Amino acid sequence: MITKFQVAYRNLLRKKMRTMLTIIGIALSAWVLVSLLGFNRGYEISLNKDIDNMGFQLMVMAKGCPYEAATLMLKGGTGLRYIKRDVVDEVMREPEVEQTTPFLMAAVFDPNKGESGGIAGYFGVEPKSFSAMKRSLKFRQGKWFTDENAYETVMGYEAAELEQREVGDMILMPEKNVQFKVVGILDRTGTQDDGTIFIPLKTAQKIFNQPDEITTIGIKLKSGADSARLEEKLYKLPDVQVVSLTQVKDTIMSLISTAKVMVLSIALIAILIAMVGVINTILASVWERFQEIGILKTIGAMPWDIFQLIWTETLILCTVGGILGVILALVLARVTDILIRSVLPYAPGGGLVVIDWKLVLVTLAAILGIGLLSGVYPAWKAGRIRPLEAIRGEVGR
Amino acid sequence: MKQNGIMIETKDLTKVYTRGNEEITSVNSVSFRIDKGDFVSIIGPSGSGKTTLINLLGCLDNPTSGELYLGSRAIFGKARRLSERELTKVRRETFGYIFQNFYLIPTLTVRENVLLPLTFYRKPDTEHEADKLLQILGMDHRQDHLPGQISGGEMQRVAIARAMVNKPEILLADEPTGNLDTKRSAEIVEVLQGLNKSTGLTVIMVTHNPGLARNANRMFEMRDGRLSLIERPQE
Repeated sequence: MITKFQVAYRNLLRKKMRTMLTIIGIALSAWVLVSLLGFNRGYEISLNKDIDNMGFQLMVMAKGCPYEAATLMLKGGTGLRYIKRDVVDEVMREPEVEQTTPFLMAAVFDPNKGESGGIAGYFGVEPKSFSAMKRSLKFRQGKWFTDENAYETVMGYEAAELEQREVGDMILMPEKNVQFKVVGILDRTGTQDDGTIFIPLKTAQKIFNQPDEITTIGIKLKSGADSARLEEKLYKLPDVQVVSLTQVKDTIMSLISTAKVMVLSIALIAILIAMVGVINTILASVWERFQEIGILKTIGAMPWDIFQLIWTETLILCTVGGILGVILALVLARVTDILIRSVLPYAPGGGLVVIDWKLVLVTLAAILGIGLLSGVYPAWKAGRIRPLEAIRGEVGR
Repeated sequence: MKQNGIMIETKDLTKVYTRGNEEITSVNSVSFRIDKGDFVSIIGPSGSGKTTLINLLGCLDNPTSGELYLGSRAIFGKARRLSERELTKVRRETFGYIFQNFYLIPTLTVRENVLLPLTFYRKPDTEHEADKLLQILGMDHRQDHLPGQISGGEMQRVAIARAMVNKPEILLADEPTGNLDTKRSAEIVEVLQGLNKSTGLTVIMVTHNPGLARNANRMFEMRDGRLSLIERPQE
């Protein structure tokens, strides 16, 4: 016995180049689709991870644009305003607050960074409160600073790799010409912490000449505490603003959603083009085999048999194209990540494109659905071919 | 091998085509009958209507008027005509077709081409029919070849095997030797004669070659849409 699948498969092998080009078209649109859907998920997951890894839900900082401040906070930025260290005590007095940790962020120009120099960010932190809040941080080597006034540093994974430093090595802070001893290197976190250089808060205040000032206070709320109520109370403190990280996330996500709509539109256009390609290929193949299809009817095929035969060809094209597209997306996820990262104003750490088996199944189902839809018209046309017309060679009449 | 019983019967079967404003009567009031196991040939010049007649007999075309019966079943009767779907069923249950162009699927092997009809419709006891036919037709040694790798005569043998695999009652052959040389043509007609004699298959063959047509039990001539029996002296 020979099955309809075998007949359909062999038919596709007749015009190998045309079949291959159609499959490539489908594979490319599947690649775009799976990557973009993966980006939708990945971006949110990474952003959530970045925010969760901060260990706090609220930030208090000097008045200014809160979102700019928050983004700088996430990216490790420059030009920040300062608040007094005493604000920490006032914040701690609030009953909703479980823990606080103060930071002093600073940036110096490093002539050795990049081709023409760049900004190196330093985070002045209190090891005790900071590590208590950021429990996810693990050390690859060493530990936190020995003293709160020490000239010691803990480096993020990527910062240490970039500077090629091990525990015990010295590192020079450019511009200030101060040397630090590396006492700890963190494990990879997949967040901005990987690129950060941490120094003791008091040392940072001394070096940057801000003896009683900090840039930010991270606040961890007690379980079930009313965040809005606390925000309201904190706003009453002079010259400070409160940023909720949920707000930050929502704002970033809403900014990104515009980009997402655009890329999804591109994906839809790619899919439509692939769909037209499939219809064109199958229709051309039906017209080329007009007589043959008519003869199939004289040897016993019913219209539904012909419909199935042509539909199976479409299914084969879409299945192979879809699978290739998914493989392409998986293999090139890193490249897609880099490409997307290069065009986004802000991208969280970690993978931006997350492809899991559910997404793979959804994409394959979508491609197959679209393929089946594309195959309906050519298959219906083929099913309607009358044997006599085919024998007479009345193509397309 | 003529048997008792009527296989096909027509009454005033007529087919009129319209070309522009002109009406062309391709088959004009044809009434005749073919018995079970008969081997009938129809000759005639080009445009005489012989292909139209065989298409009407094979339920591939609808007559403009007249009646067609397969056994006692009315295909195109006075009261009722079968639908396209019913006609398709009749075609696959009753007929095997071979044409001047062999219409083999180029991507399937000889054996797969013969097996192809069974993919769509299968009568009981046809499991070994393909192998049997390939052997009878001397094509078993070529069964794994593609159509492009065999000669025209061999391709027509494969087409015959394909037409026969579902054990049809009637084999319709429209110019089966049209694309073959004299030697191969004689071989193909010999094959048809052999099948008619050995299996009792009813064969209707249209040809423009009177020499080949003489191999049939009965010979008809088609001229200007009218059919007439050619009387032959007793052999």
